[in-house]
Amino acid sequence: MKVKNKIKIQLNGKKIQINNNESLKKLVKRLNLPLNKVAIELNKKIIDKKKMNIIKLNNNDIIEVVHFIGGG
Amino acid sequence: MKKSDLIIIANKKFNSRLIVGTGKYKTMKQCAEAVKISGAEIVTVAVRRVNISDKKKPLLMDYIDPKKITYLPNTAGCFNSRDALRTLRLAREIGGWKLVKLEVLGDKKSLLPEMIETLKSTEVLTKEGFKVMVYCNDDPLMAKRLENAGASAIMPLAAPIGSGLGIQNKLNIKIIREQTKLPLIIDAGIGTASDASIAMELGCDGVLVNTAIAQAKNPFQMAEAMKLAVIAGRKSYLSGRIKFNIFGDPSSPSKGVI
Repeated sequence: MKVKNKIKIQLNGKKIQINNNESLKKLVKRLNLPLNKVAIELNKKIIDKKKMNIIKLNNNDIIEVVHFIGGG
Repeated sequence: MKKSDLIIIANKKFNSRLIVGTGKYKTMKQCAEAVKISGAEIVTVAVRRVNISDKKKPLLMDYIDPKKITYLPNTAGCFNSRDALRTLRLAREIGGWKLVKLEVLGDKKSLLPEMIETLKSTEVLTKEGFKVMVYCNDDPLMAKRLENAGASAIMPLAAPIGSGLGIQNKLNIKIIREQTKLPLIIDAGIGTASDASIAMELGCDGVLVNTAIAQAKNPFQMAEAMKLAVIAGRKSYLSGRIKFNIFGDPSSPSKGVI
């Protein structure tokens, strides 16, 4: 029954379930991501971090959250 | 020699001519310490997925302050223009970085650069306002094309990435030096301090080192060695070396010999 209110998205390659209509901002907040140290891509489009609250997530959305790590 | 001998990249001045990569260190703490000892003011960094499940994992930015050290995001691991562009657009979004290192590889074994894709990417990125430091082959003609495409720095390899072989084609590096006023930085293939000195003596403006420091038995000591080698090579270049002579020329006066 619960499934109806849930949607499946892909976050950094992993499939997860979230509440239907959850905003991107809410998801990012829930995951405790350091906003000033990451960039976010939704379905291959870079997201303006200031506008995340108006972005509602849909079934099968693909999200990538990246940051800087050591590299040459 | 001038009192201050700064390197200027995309209108930004730097004292240190050594750029250090931040990969392959045992820990971030070790990396940060090596960077400090090296005196580098620019470090290369990679763009990768955040580990969502382990949020306690330390972040590079917690160890190396991007306000004090210039982060140079790279496109390591990209084998085509599309992926490289995507990576650098994301990098810019993280914190407004425009100065980037473009690196498009063409072969997983040799890690040699794919120059057609590199050139294409340089053109696009430059139009988008990026300041592109371009990892490239040691090919003077391609270096010229990159310059014409708007590159901010030419960064030819000494040898394949991580090989530690040192400069394999001094002649080509010299030709590139002759033809460009852009910052010329040797990127990849440095194995030991003398390799860095040779690069600087050839007239390069800087050297980028990662593996040679990170994988040395004592990375801290090697970081210092690289720092000094770059300074020594630069001073040597500016001093104007003596001419080669196949015969001897006594250092002591021959007059007054008893």
